[in-house]
Amino acid sequence: MNDATKTRDPIIKFDKVVKRFGDHVVLDELDFEVQRGEKVTIIGPSGSGKSTVLRILMTLEEINDGVVYVGGEPLWHQRKGDSLAPASEQHLRQMRSQLGMVFQQFNLFPHMTVLRNLTEAPVQVLGVSKAEARKRGMELLEMVGLTDQAGKYPHQLSGGQQQRVGIARALAMRPKVMLFDEPTSALDPELVGEVLNVIRTLADEHDLTMLLVTHEMHFARQVSDRICFFDQGRIKEQGKPEDIFTAPKEERTKAFLKAVLDPDD
Amino acid sequence: MFFGIEWDTSSQWAFAVSIFPILLHGLVVTLQATVVGFFIALILGLVLAALKSAPTRLIRWPAKLVTEFIRDTPLLIQLFFLFYVLPEFGLTLPAFLTGALALGVQYSAYTSEVYRAGLEAVAKGQREAARALNLASSRTFTHIILPQAVPRIIPALGNYLVSIMKDVPVLSVVTVLEMLGVAKIIGDRTGGYLIPLSMVGGLYLVMTIIASFGVRYLDTHLPKRGLSLK
Repeated sequence: MNDATKTRDPIIKFDKVVKRFGDHVVLDELDFEVQRGEKVTIIGPSGSGKSTVLRILMTLEEINDGVVYVGGEPLWHQRKGDSLAPASEQHLRQMRSQLGMVFQQFNLFPHMTVLRNLTEAPVQVLGVSKAEARKRGMELLEMVGLTDQAGKYPHQLSGGQQQRVGIARALAMRPKVMLFDEPTSALDPELVGEVLNVIRTLADEHDLTMLLVTHEMHFARQVSDRICFFDQGRIKEQGKPEDIFTAPKEERTKAFLKAVLDPDD
Repeated sequence: MFFGIEWDTSSQWAFAVSIFPILLHGLVVTLQATVVGFFIALILGLVLAALKSAPTRLIRWPAKLVTEFIRDTPLLIQLFFLFYVLPEFGLTLPAFLTGALALGVQYSAYTSEVYRAGLEAVAKGQREAARALNLASSRTFTHIILPQAVPRIIPALGNYLVSIMKDVPVLSVVTVLEMLGVAKIIGDRTGGYLIPLSMVGGLYLVMTIIASFGVRYLDTHLPKRGLSLK
């Protein structure tokens, strides 16, 4: 582990978390921490539990065992005296407000204009006025370079544009942690760059914590403070990008990186 | 004479023209039964759909059983039950209401499936995005799921409206004077069935063609991606 992980104020902490789908163990007593402001990329073969980590954090998947902490508070549990009880919906709502998620399939609301996609939740959930939400929405669209698309519907946009709206929509809720679940995997190759550029801009914001699952290895190397290689529901190896990409220690990591970086060999 | 209208048997044309207003009386009843039956099916179907997606099995299973029972038994049996059995327990409804109720109950089994399928067809990612944005579940239903489900649901419901209309003649067996029943009585009294029955067939054809056209119009003109919210 690098130095950053030794400051004991992780914003995200997985403590022996187990997740099963039927008989299949997706996360196998996973221990995992992310520090405030840290940009962490999770890499690994498909089925290694990468996306599940993000989905558990976004409360889209329940856990079977262990405890997940966000900002020091248990996510899926509530403190009851000295013990932990399953979280109420109210608790989950409160915890969820710290997190934003960008989906592989964008998941924009197809019946809402781009701007409405960005204002719906701030108005309904945060209680922001419509005017204020629109103003903030336009600022975010400017950040992702889409001010001229505000009145269009998602299907009128390219995939890359849709995903940039997806990022802006998540940011509109002012999360402390941004989760990116393979944000460019559904895009045509020529549209990947514009989305990565937006994420790169975000990565420069120091107080935003970012957790990214991606197959874009070069990008991961550029933006990440730390790379975690997942294999069979555990972290097989983790460290600074230059260490992982140039001098991986584990055989599994070597084999995986070789396969994704030089697919033609 | 029927509904105070005399028929003219001097020629086939004159006969057809003279019984047309009589048949229209029946047509009105047919349309009334269709509308009332459809309305019951819409409401009852919504209730059934809600029960079938209830969180506890104790509610879900009986609702599914009822749906299955309704779907797997002939409309005529349900009609007879309502018309002949209920009075044995002291509950007597007018024939028209009994008939409309039977249609409504029968078709609620189908409309409940239309609602359910329409709601389930909305991509899972939509619920997930709404959850990630912390939208309340009621808001998610009314503003995210429903606007996307409605354009799928409405044309399917339209098809059942046509089906109900075609099932209305069954009500004639419990003395409801709908169009086909009226035609048969005219035949009974005049000895000529060909003309009244053909006219009923023709009127049905016109109505179903119009209705089908309407359904197809809805199908192509409802926004595929959902009722838009700006």
